[in-house]
Amino acid sequence: MVASLGSYTIGRVRGLGGFALFIARSLGAVFSTRRLPARIGRAVYEQGFRCLPVILIVGMFTGLVLGLQGYYVLNRFGSEGLLGALVSLSLVREMAPVLAALMLVGQAGSALAAELGIQRNSEQIVALDTMGIDSHGYLVTPRLLAALFVFPAQTALFVAVGLWGGSLSGSLLLGVDPGIYWSSVHRAVEAEDVRECLIKALTFGALTIGICAYQGFHAHRIRRATGARAVSAATTKAVVISSIAVLAADYVITSFLV
Amino acid sequence: MTSPKTGPLLRVGGLRKAFDERVVLRDVGFAVERGSIFTVLGPSGAGKSVLLKCLAGVEQPDGGTVLFESQPLDFRDRAMRESFRRRCSFLFQGNALFDSLTALQNVALPLEQTTPLSRGEINRRAMEALRQLELDDHADRFPGMLSGGMQKRLALARAIVTHPEMVFFDEPTAGLDPLRRNAVFAMIAKYQAVFGFTALIVTHDVVEALAASSVVALLHEGEICFAGRPEEFAASGHPVVQSFRDSPAALRSTLDAMRRGGALTEEKE
Repeated sequence: MVASLGSYTIGRVRGLGGFALFIARSLGAVFSTRRLPARIGRAVYEQGFRCLPVILIVGMFTGLVLGLQGYYVLNRFGSEGLLGALVSLSLVREMAPVLAALMLVGQAGSALAAELGIQRNSEQIVALDTMGIDSHGYLVTPRLLAALFVFPAQTALFVAVGLWGGSLSGSLLLGVDPGIYWSSVHRAVEAEDVRECLIKALTFGALTIGICAYQGFHAHRIRRATGARAVSAATTKAVVISSIAVLAADYVITSFLV
Repeated sequence: MTSPKTGPLLRVGGLRKAFDERVVLRDVGFAVERGSIFTVLGPSGAGKSVLLKCLAGVEQPDGGTVLFESQPLDFRDRAMRESFRRRCSFLFQGNALFDSLTALQNVALPLEQTTPLSRGEINRRAMEALRQLELDDHADRFPGMLSGGMQKRLALARAIVTHPEMVFFDEPTAGLDPLRRNAVFAMIAKYQAVFGFTALIVTHDVVEALAASSVVALLHEGEICFAGRPEEFAASGHPVVQSFRDSPAALRSTLDAMRRGGALTEEKE
């Protein structure tokens, strides 16, 4: 019992150390990787443009629901005029960075883990190393750097669409004056709210893409699974760990910044 | 790394590799002469691919020495590793082609990522390699759109585009029928003659290897139990060489004995 607990703990600590080294090596490769801007551009396309529809749809429905729920809660206290403040602060401080990150994990993160897992399986990663190409620099660095741009941009888009969704349900369906709604938004959101949103988006981006890349890159280390099953297990692990990491990091950042 | 042009290009001595308790390479030693085709034979699971990966720096050996142009190789030394990899190429069993890149992009990749050449020069060299491997008409195709033989040639084009001194071939004919096996060995021999690289092949295809190689070695229980010219291998009385070389004949005689004893007929019924 004690031995297995000890072995489990050592395994987890070793895993964290391996992850930290993986990220450090990938970021260290920024200066030695050739033609990095083109690879970053491709990663921005993969993570950004491909995930655009899901961000727009989820952002819109989140705003619509916040508008509805917020209206009925505020209506009890006769404070419907604060609907814009409620929707905007909920989105900016909490929902947009978390939900956008979870959507990006589901779409871009899982795709990344599966792609790297297959590349590991078919010896493409080893082939890069034997060609003298830094596999971290070629495969991981551009994705990590792209995430630092894509996650904040997608979060901002999520906020914008969510605010519009909130105004649709609040103003068009429930009769809140649009002018009151938007002026409430303007008055409520301050620079530090935006700063918190940005910090969360950047952290979630680096964390989730790092975790997904790490899991896919090391798909061959999955215990008791090889080939397609190892890729499948690595992808599942990537999505689950990333999602938990987003929520845990959200709590930590919120506790420090609030 | 200095470049003395005499003596073996690659010399391996006392190479050892184990995975946990399982010893794969016990004491492997041989020398590969410059410009030769050196083939390591052995049954599946003998550790041929592990040997190749140790030599290419993909796996770290537990002990032994690897000398490249008389200089000891230490893959933990980054500068030495990079210098070695600029001078050698590796052809994988499954080709390891990037399926999201076209044939031209696959061949251009090592030049793009390891040299400061201009885009135009990279494309010119990559197209030249494709032309030499008779694939220039397929430059814009993705690997998945090419036949198995073409993929093999594409992998070879990518391997030779950097003008390596040595090319490692990991089971180049695995899973191919006899005609295609012949074609692959003929291709290796042809392009080795054209480009002059030194080839180190691991395979279990005896007939093709004997026809195409300058030297063959037999890996058995983690050691090289025979190394010599193909005709020496064909005439060797070494029991392991005999059993490996004559395995088709042995299978035939076993089956004949079983037929005579009625075992196969009974099984059919």
